[in-house]
Amino acid sequence: MSLLDVENLRVTFPTRQGPAEVVRGVSFSLGRERLGIVGESGSGKSQTGRAILGLTPAPGVTTADRLSFDGIDLRNLGARQWRGLRGKRMSMVMQDPKFSLNPVMPVGKQLMEVLRTHGASRAEAREKSLAMLEAVQIRDPERVFRAYPHELSGGMGQRVMIAMMVVSEPDLLIADEPTSALDVTIQIEVLRILDRLVTDRGMGLIFISHDLRLVSSFCDRVLVMYAGRVVEELKASELHQAQHPYTQGLLNCLPQIDEDRYPLPTLDRDASWAE
Amino acid sequence: MTMTRDWLLSDRPVSRRQARLGQIYRTWLDFRTNGLAMFGFLIVLALVLVAIFAPWLAPHDPLLGDLNHTRLLPPLSEGYLLGTDDQGRDILSRLIHGSRITLAVVALVAVIATPVGLLVGTTAGYFGGWVDTVLMRLTDIVLAFPKLILALAFVAALGPGIENAIIAISITAWPPYARLARAETLTIRNSDFIAATKLQGASAARIIWKHIVPLCLSSVIVRVTLDMAGIILTAAGLGFLGLGAQPPQPEWGAMIAGGRNFLVDYWWVATMPGLAIFTVSLGFNLLGDGLRDVLDPKRQK
Amino acid sequence: MVSNTLGGRRGALWLRKIASTLGTVAVTFLGLLIVTFLIGRVVPVDPVLSVVGDRATQAQYDAAYQALGLDRPLVEQFWIWLQKVFQGDFGTSNLTTRPIAQDIARVFPATLELATVSIVIGTAFGIPMGVWAAVRQGKLVDQVVRVVGLVGYSAPVFWLGLMGLLLFYFKLDLISGPGRVDISYEYDFTPRTGLFLLDTAMQGAWGAFGNVFSHIILPASLLGYLSLAYISRMTRSFMLNELAQEYITTARVKGVPEWRIIWVQALRNAAVPLVTVVALSYANLLEGSVLTETVFAWPGLGQYLTNSLQNADMNAVLGGTLVIGAIFVGLNMFSDLLYTLLDARTRNRT
Repeated sequence: MSLLDVENLRVTFPTRQGPAEVVRGVSFSLGRERLGIVGESGSGKSQTGRAILGLTPAPGVTTADRLSFDGIDLRNLGARQWRGLRGKRMSMVMQDPKFSLNPVMPVGKQLMEVLRTHGASRAEAREKSLAMLEAVQIRDPERVFRAYPHELSGGMGQRVMIAMMVVSEPDLLIADEPTSALDVTIQIEVLRILDRLVTDRGMGLIFISHDLRLVSSFCDRVLVMYAGRVVEELKASELHQAQHPYTQGLLNCLPQIDEDRYPLPTLDRDASWAE
Repeated sequence: MTMTRDWLLSDRPVSRRQARLGQIYRTWLDFRTNGLAMFGFLIVLALVLVAIFAPWLAPHDPLLGDLNHTRLLPPLSEGYLLGTDDQGRDILSRLIHGSRITLAVVALVAVIATPVGLLVGTTAGYFGGWVDTVLMRLTDIVLAFPKLILALAFVAALGPGIENAIIAISITAWPPYARLARAETLTIRNSDFIAATKLQGASAARIIWKHIVPLCLSSVIVRVTLDMAGIILTAAGLGFLGLGAQPPQPEWGAMIAGGRNFLVDYWWVATMPGLAIFTVSLGFNLLGDGLRDVLDPKRQK
Repeated sequence: MVSNTLGGRRGALWLRKIASTLGTVAVTFLGLLIVTFLIGRVVPVDPVLSVVGDRATQAQYDAAYQALGLDRPLVEQFWIWLQKVFQGDFGTSNLTTRPIAQDIARVFPATLELATVSIVIGTAFGIPMGVWAAVRQGKLVDQVVRVVGLVGYSAPVFWLGLMGLLLFYFKLDLISGPGRVDISYEYDFTPRTGLFLLDTAMQGAWGAFGNVFSHIILPASLLGYLSLAYISRMTRSFMLNELAQEYITTARVKGVPEWRIIWVQALRNAAVPLVTVVALSYANLLEGSVLTETVFAWPGLGQYLTNSLQNADMNAVLGGTLVIGAIFVGLNMFSDLLYTLLDARTRNRT
C-alpha cells in the first residue's frame, strides 16, 4: 500500500475577479521513495505541498477526490486529529530559516516543542533534540541549543529546521525549496544531510523545487507542474526522454559547459498546456 | 452616464486631466465599498453643510435666550427639540452655530500646520546633513511636549480665546507631519527621476515643491484627517477649561462646562454638546481610517 | 556559525545605543527648558505685580524688578533660571505660597496612582481584545473591537467623565463621587507613599481601601478605556503581522495547538513593539489626566496645573509643564531602550 494517495487535488482562492484555481486536479501516489515536484513560481507546487498538510492559507479551499495518508482520509480531519499527524507523522521543511524559525525563542525550545507537543517528557525531549542536532552535523549542539535563530548562519538555521522536522521520525517529509535560500556551497552539504536522514529512516519525501537538475539528481521520480497541473511524470533517470515541450524547454535552459549558445534559448509557454 | 464612467475608467487616458480624474474616480469607487468610511464621510459632509447654512437651519437665536419663559426646558419641549440651557437659549440652535467654530478650528489648524510640517519635513529630508539634524531635533523637542499641556501653556501665555487656541493647537500639531514628510522624502530623494530633474538644472526649491511635495501629500492628508478628531477634542478640552472660545460663543466644549453646574437636575445641557463632539470626531476618525485604506499604497497588498 | 565575538559586539552596540539615546534626551530636554522659559517670558501677567501687589510704590516695584533679575539680558536670566531648576527650585507658587517643587511632590502621587490603575486596566483588556480581533480578522468580533476602539478615540474624556458621574454616582449610587477619599475615612490611614490604594492595603485599613477604590474606579476605567482603544488597535495590527509570518506555519507543521501558536508564539513576538506602545500610553496618561482630574476633582498634577492656569500662577504652570515634559521624555527614552533590549531582530540588523 502506498504512503500517500492524491487524486484530483484542487486548491482555490477567492478573488475579486472570482475564484482562482492555483492547483487544478493534481494526482499522484507516493511510497517510501523520493518524489520531486518541479515547476516555475506560481505553478502550484508549493500549494500542493501545503494542501497535503492541510495548511492551505485562510480564504483558500482544498478539495480532492482522494487524499489519504497511510489509510487515513485527510479530507475531513478535525483540528485535533491534524495536530496528531502534523509534526509526528508528517512534516515540512520550509525555504528560509530566517523566517521559518520563531525569532524570539531559543532554538532548543523550538526543537523540544515538537516532542513535548506529542507527549514526551522534558528530559526525554531535551535528550532527543540534542541527539538530533548532532545528527544534522552540528558540532556544538549544547550551544546551538541555547542560541536564538538570528545568531545562526543560513546553513545552520536550515539544519536546525531539518532537525526539528525529522526529530519525531515522521513517515512523510515535504521539503519546500529547502536549499533555495542558501549559498551554493552549503546547499550540497544540507542536501546530503537531508538525503541521509531520509534514507536511514525510510521516510517518504516530496522534494519541491524550481531546479530541475537538482531534483533529478536527488529524487527517484519527478513531477513537472505547469499552471496548477502535472504536465509530465518521469523517472529521474529518464529525464532526457521527456516528451512534454515545457519539460524540454526547462531542460534546454540548463547551461552546458562545452557549448557556446547564442542567442540564449527562452522558455516557450503555450496556452494549451494549461488546459 | 455610462459614457462618463467609461471615459473615467479608460485604460488609455488621452490627457493628463483624464488620467488624474480617472485616478480620483477609481479611489472613490474603492472608498465607496467601505461602509463605515462612507458613514464617516456623510457625518463630515453634514457638519460642513450645517456650518454653511447655520443661520437658516437654527430655529432660535444662539446667543440670546428668554430668561423668563424658556430656562432649562427639557428636550422635546415644543419648539426646543434638544431643550434649553440656564439662560433660556435653544441648545439645538447653539449646536448648529457651534459647528461653525468646530469647523473653523479644524480647517485653520489644517491650513496652518500642514504646510509647516510639509515644508520642514521635505526640506530636512531633501538636504540631509546638518539641516536635517537641526530641523528634526526641533521637531523632536516639540513632539516631546505632551500636546495638551503645551497647548495649555501657550494659551496661558497668549491669553484665552479661540484664535489663540487655534495657534496653540497648530504649534503642537505640525511635528508628526514633518516626520512623515521627511520619511517619504528620504525614499524619493535618491530615485532616478529626481536625479534626472536635477540634471535638467531644476532648483532645490522647484524639486521639493513640484516633485517631492505632491508625492508626500496623500499620506500627509490621511494623517491630517486622522488627527482632526484629536484636534476637535483638544479644542473642546481647551473650551471646557475656559481657555478656548469665550462666552457667549456657542463652542461645544464650553457648553459642556456651562452645563456641568446643574448636571444632576438638568442633564441635557451638558449631554447634548458632548454628543455633538463625539459624533463629529467619530466621523473624522471613520473617514480618516477609510482614506488610509484607500490612499496608502503601503497598505495595499 | 555561532559567532564567538557576537556577545562582545552586541555589548558595544548596546552601549553606543545608550549613549546616543542619552545625547538625544539631553538635547530634547534642553529644548524643553528653553521653550518653557520663553513661554514664561511672553506671558502678559506681570511677574513683579504678582510679588509686590498692585498697591506698591514705584520704588518698591523697581526693587522687586531688580531682585527678580528682570533687568538683565534674556540669556543671563535663562542661565540663572536654569541653575535654579537644576537645584529643584521652580520658585514659589502665588496660589499656595509654598515652593512649587514641594507642591508638585505632594500632588504627583495622586496622578501616578490614577495613571497606573488606568494602564493596568487598559493593558489587561486591550491586549486580549487586540489578539482576539486579529485572530478573527474581518469577523464580527473584529468589527466590534474596532468600533469600541473608535468610540474611545472619538469621545471627549471630560464629557465621558461627567456622564459617568451622572449615571454611576448620582443616579445609580454605585460608586463614590469626586475626590480621592471621603473625609470620614481620611484619618483611618497615614499617606506614606501617597498612593492611597497601597497605603490603605499596607496598613490594613480595608474600609478606607474600599472607599479609595470606589473613588478611583470610574476615572481609572475611563482613562483605561482611552488607552485600551490605542493598545487594542496596535495589538491587532502587530498580531496580524506576526500571524502572517512563516514561523507560524512552522508551528502548525509541528502540530502545536492553535492557542499556543497565538498566545505564546505570535504574542511573544508582538510583545516586543507592544512594550513601546504601553510605555507611550502610560506617558500619555500621566499628561492626559488634566481634563479627567478637573472633572473628578482629583488632587493631582493635572488639577494643580489647571488651577494655577486659571489663577495666572505662571511659575506653577511652568514647573508643572516641565515636570510632565520630563516624565514624557523619560518614558519615551525608556521604551526606546527597552525595545532595543528586547528585540533580538534589531540587534541582528545593526
